[in-house]
Amino acid sequence: MSLSVDALRAEVARLAEGIGRPVQIMEVCGTHTVSAFRSGVHSLLPPNVRLVSGPGCPVCVTAQRHIDAAIELAGRDVILTTYGDMVRVPGRLGSLEKRRAEGARVQVVGSARTALAVARAHPAEQVVFLGVGFETTAPATAATVLEAERDGVENFSVLMCHKLVVPAMLALLAGGDVPLEGFLCPGHVSVIIGAAAYRPIVNHFGKPCVVAGFEPPQILAGLAALLRQVVEGRAAVENVYPVVVSEEGNPAAKRLLEQCFVTADTPWRALGVIPRSGLELAANYRRFDALERFGVQLGEDHDHPACRCGEVIQGKVTPPDCNLFGTVCTPAEPVGPCMVSSEGTCAAWHKYRRMATVGRS
Amino acid sequence: MCLAVPGKVLAAEDEEILVDFQGNRVRVSRVLTPEAAAGDWVLVHAGFAISTMDEREALETWDYLRQLQIDDPAALDGKGG
Amino acid sequence: MCATETLPGGHDRVVLAHGGGGELTNRLIQECVLPALTNERLAPLTDSAVLPWEAGEVVFTTDSFVVTPLEFPGGDIGVLAVAGTVNDLSVMGATPVALSLGLIIEEGLPFAVLKRIVASIAATARAADVQVVTGDTKVIEHRGGDGLFINTAGVGRLRPGVRLDVSRVRAGDVILVNGRLAEHGLTIMSVRNGIAFESDLRSDAVPLNHLVADVLDTGADVRFIRDATRGGLAGVLADISEQCRLSIRIDEDRLPLSPTARHAAEMLGLDPVTVANEGLLVCLVAAGDADRVLQAMRRRREGRNAAVIGEVTDLNPPLVELHTRAGGQRIIQRPYGEELPRIC
Repeated sequence: MSLSVDALRAEVARLAEGIGRPVQIMEVCGTHTVSAFRSGVHSLLPPNVRLVSGPGCPVCVTAQRHIDAAIELAGRDVILTTYGDMVRVPGRLGSLEKRRAEGARVQVVGSARTALAVARAHPAEQVVFLGVGFETTAPATAATVLEAERDGVENFSVLMCHKLVVPAMLALLAGGDVPLEGFLCPGHVSVIIGAAAYRPIVNHFGKPCVVAGFEPPQILAGLAALLRQVVEGRAAVENVYPVVVSEEGNPAAKRLLEQCFVTADTPWRALGVIPRSGLELAANYRRFDALERFGVQLGEDHDHPACRCGEVIQGKVTPPDCNLFGTVCTPAEPVGPCMVSSEGTCAAWHKYRRMATVGRS
Repeated sequence: MCLAVPGKVLAAEDEEILVDFQGNRVRVSRVLTPEAAAGDWVLVHAGFAISTMDEREALETWDYLRQLQIDDPAALDGKGG
Repeated sequence: MCATETLPGGHDRVVLAHGGGGELTNRLIQECVLPALTNERLAPLTDSAVLPWEAGEVVFTTDSFVVTPLEFPGGDIGVLAVAGTVNDLSVMGATPVALSLGLIIEEGLPFAVLKRIVASIAATARAADVQVVTGDTKVIEHRGGDGLFINTAGVGRLRPGVRLDVSRVRAGDVILVNGRLAEHGLTIMSVRNGIAFESDLRSDAVPLNHLVADVLDTGADVRFIRDATRGGLAGVLADISEQCRLSIRIDEDRLPLSPTARHAAEMLGLDPVTVANEGLLVCLVAAGDADRVLQAMRRRREGRNAAVIGEVTDLNPPLVELHTRAGGQRIIQRPYGEELPRIC
């Protein structure tokens, strides 16, 4: 056990005790969800500090209609390239995994560059890349589209599902019914957008925002900074991850986003359409859009009526509050994305925490 | 999201850098960090370097970068490899 | 090894006729398979092998191997096919005696690849002191697949006086592993299409029967041994906890894990305790004997990184709990199945 974790844990405990009442902090990054559980940090938090997960898992917040579009494309004799995270997500008619078992060519890649390489290697085939992720990942897609254009790789296209974190945080707060005293902000999204990007949250809603990384000392340092702000009754943007996060972010990445993409009103699972919260290809690059190229229409969402992923994503309920959790909906047979995604709140609860609240003798 | 890992740049040519992650070597794009050069530390996400960083700070932030390769496990009894 | 430069018929790739049961099949076996594996039981190529048997119980196991790619740093499907079955016998407390070898070859498999894999089978069998005494070869139509599937079955003789049984596990028992975690699965990932990367990682696939024999020779009270293949360490511990209805406590900072493997797991978003191994044993030993077993393991190359990683407890309800480096806890469960690399 490292000394810094010990000291930070003690600091968090001291601040929490000083506050006394229950304090609810939201993290909006699936990687924070998983890191906090996997490293055991969750078990180190004082009982009155509640770290809830928000809409920070890009897989979980992908609307079903987009998943169905991906599955439809996979059935069109293209090579569908995707990050591993999306393979098991269920749409209305199955998942990419199921389609692959039926003969569809679904290829897991670790980078958009690899997807483009597949397109170069198979010039007679159409290669579609499923562009999922927040601002950490979107620049990679942008750079790849630009490379495809530069090198004339015309058999490449992107199913655009990228989303933006701050609009979702603002929409959540505007909804008004989640008691939150602060946000643990996603460290790697912040590398791109910069810590200053969270100022609207502080300015409009007075909620402290602390940017933190994912190692246990980082998460605890972020929580300590948040609790300190709560104690002092102030709200500001703070950055405990300056090794890679600056106020302004990554200028090259932001330029690429601006060049390649436009913001669009986008449906988020269970949060509805959030204005200017998603990315679409800019006019100059529309020919790389997979929905247009293949004439695929987005359908309707048909979420399971008893599935409470939406409320989980908003931090309104915890997984055990959902009747399907652990019974009908399990990691082996997931109903909703929160269970399927390795970063989904329900998957994390099921995997790491299921029995943590049970008394042990 | 998102998984990003720290690594050291071994070589750079045009838009590509070769990054070492403690014995794993990956060709990564530096389009988002054009200034990245051999000897620098970078943070890599999905095949792209998204930030450069100071070596000392990197070693402090990610403690697993400080692990040593030790071949005598008896010397490590009580610790991981 | 193989006596010729080409496959029977002058082919450099396997064709359907090599599996037809006729002249080409006969020559395939005589020229390419037998020379590597030959022993007095296999050479006659009778329908079945006859093995002498004195007293003692027969231990019998089978396994099939379908890995992609066929060859990877540190091994190949041939090494796995022998080591996997030898290890399944060994963890039961059996001395491996003989293996069968069933090859299903996809038309189009290059001769050079087949040669190398047969050579690996032979080398691994020699290292394990076990003989391949019977076999079968089939060729299937090309279907764009993996090229080669192998089944091995193995018989062994149960060591007298040894009873390795999960029902013998007790609270207080110590849990050991003989080596580093996750190396095989991460190596396979590093050569997998779509996410390939260069790495110093090597598969840990190796026959462990000699190591197990050394451990049992110490006379220590070993309760149960299991090899941690698919599902990783997590899968084995979850099974044990469930079957004996006891809890297990593991300390993360005692898990042997190389920095290269750790960093590769971080890169791929994988949890090392869920990643496949092919040369890793989980050993449960009565507390007082743990040190003896540890020293015996460390005397062998395949046990040089052996370590105590945790213990069995009687906490209720029965769970596998990992005490993390950060000083917290979390539950370990059997992984879903295919652990996919992620970016989120």
